[in-house]
Amino acid sequence: MQAPLPPVPPPQTVPPAAIARTIVDARNVTLTYQTADKPVYALSDVSLKINKGDFISLIGPSGCGKTTLMRTIADLEQPTSGEIIVNGMTPEAARLKRAYGYVFQAPALYPWRSVERNVTLPLEIMGMPAAERQQRARDHLEMVGLAGFEKKFPWQLSGGMQQRVSIARALAFEPDLLLMDEPFGALDEITRDHLNLQLTRLWLQTQKTCIFVTHSIAEAVFLSTRIVVMSPRPGKILDVIDCEQHLPRERTLDIRETPEFAHIAQRVREGLMEGHSYDD
Amino acid sequence: MMTERLRTHLLPVAVMALAVLALWYAGALWLNAPQVLDGFARAHTDHWTLSEFARQAFSQKRPILPTPDQIASEMVQSLTGYPVTHVRNLLFHTAVTAGSALTGFGMGVVLGILLAIGIVQVKTLESSLLPWVITSQTIPVLAIAPMVVVILGNIGFSGLLPKAVISMYLCFFPITIGMVKGLRSADPLSLDLMRTYSANGQQTFWLLRLPSALPYLFTSLKIAVAASVVGAIVAELPTGGQAGLGARLLSGSYYGQTVQIWSALVMSALLSVSLVWLIGLMERFVVTGKRGGTR
Ligand SMILES: Nc1ncnc2c1ncn2[C@@H]1O[C@H](COP(=O)(O)OP(=O)(O)OP(=O)(O)O)[C@@H](O)[C@H]1O
Ligand SMILES: [Mg+2]
Repeated sequence: MQAPLPPVPPPQTVPPAAIARTIVDARNVTLTYQTADKPVYALSDVSLKINKGDFISLIGPSGCGKTTLMRTIADLEQPTSGEIIVNGMTPEAARLKRAYGYVFQAPALYPWRSVERNVTLPLEIMGMPAAERQQRARDHLEMVGLAGFEKKFPWQLSGGMQQRVSIARALAFEPDLLLMDEPFGALDEITRDHLNLQLTRLWLQTQKTCIFVTHSIAEAVFLSTRIVVMSPRPGKILDVIDCEQHLPRERTLDIRETPEFAHIAQRVREGLMEGHSYDD
Repeated sequence: MMTERLRTHLLPVAVMALAVLALWYAGALWLNAPQVLDGFARAHTDHWTLSEFARQAFSQKRPILPTPDQIASEMVQSLTGYPVTHVRNLLFHTAVTAGSALTGFGMGVVLGILLAIGIVQVKTLESSLLPWVITSQTIPVLAIAPMVVVILGNIGFSGLLPKAVISMYLCFFPITIGMVKGLRSADPLSLDLMRTYSANGQQTFWLLRLPSALPYLFTSLKIAVAASVVGAIVAELPTGGQAGLGARLLSGSYYGQTVQIWSALVMSALLSVSLVWLIGLMERFVVTGKRGGTR
């Protein structure tokens, strides 16, 4: 079946300054968890450069160290060896400058706060005036399709709704670097498509840098400028696939029908299968 | 709907209450029997019926075990027969006890929370202070109470304060233990979130640690407020006070007035229950949102 090709987008005119500005530079990062019985090699010699405005997807079998890599970038774990530079500084300095918006694998909402007050939490910590943070919370809740739920409490929401609140919370913070750990894992296909579309638009609009973990090949290909395929035990990078060579930055859902899309997806799948062959 | 509620809720409660009452009357019959037989012997009553015996057993002046109706009528008489400020009115004594219990409770809450914050925030306090806190509770309050009264009396404090201090002594411990646990109950992910926002220690405390400690605090408060009533009553014994439920218990036991003792006991139980209920009410206003975390 031949799907109609989308119109070829005009060549991107990227300002030269933006081309090579590295925002995350991980060099030979190794991380070993010391557990009671034996050490767990969560990351082994991982090197990765992420430029400003990149959308990076991490994909790989469960337990291959995706979460660990994100946590290390966000200064929530310390690498055993190797180093990470974020925005020209250490991850800790970047964290103190509030460079990160982190959407955890679980929603991590505070149950005693209403949905709106969960979203305003980081803004309160930043010291933003009350009226402004309320406005921001409303805007971002609307963006994730939760207008009208401001006064509800987390336990009154479904799992997927809770996760969307946590996305709104990270977005409202307006960080330089948005780290998202399987944010759409708990959502149905349609909501997921909708939020994927919202996310690419937002990313294009704001020129944010995103690191995104997913188990869905289609989602990775649709969203990313580059896809990082990882393999487990020890967690390492198998393949880095550049999507921008084949797909435009600005994407619509029907791009998923193109042969380029299928081609990239196939390459990701091959990488994943290689990663899985390490399990026996 | 109504019958359903009747069946699942009221029926078991009523059955249990009836069972307790039946046991109580049976106990009174049994325990007061020697007194009754004595009375029959003294009056040379050789022929008595079972109902005569029961009537006697349930209406002794100084029974070993008074019946619920004896206690109830004593209470009604005391509560309605005298003005509330009169020493024969039980409410007067209840108010005196409640006053020192609540003062001690307030002091215990402040002390308990401050100790908990110290133990959680300052590493060395956990190993240096906590053993003392625990040891303090291994000394029976009955042993501590006279000493507190004597020492405080010596430096010029008498009346409410020594009693409140003894209440506080019983109160602060559950609060410290509950609060330490509560302040540490925030889950790692919530703490990570605070880290990514680069929140300082104070912000983490007020925005995360304290709210997550509140359910633990309220559980402790309920235990503590009941303990504070016990503390106040115990404290009234060595102070030799003329007022308070403890004083009523003491004078009742001097004169073998068992009905008076039991009335004071019932009053103290009612006081504790209503204080615990009040804390529960406060909890519902303060602790917003259902607990058990996010799904
Ligand atoms: N705190 C920890 N202590 C010890 N081992 C850990 C810890 N956190 C993760 N690990 C181990 O490190 C490895 C990588 O875990 P990580 O959470 O990064 O995987 P993941 O790729 O995010 O998996 P998933 O797709 O299931 O979320 C796993 O084998 C896990 O058991
Ligand atoms: Mg993970």
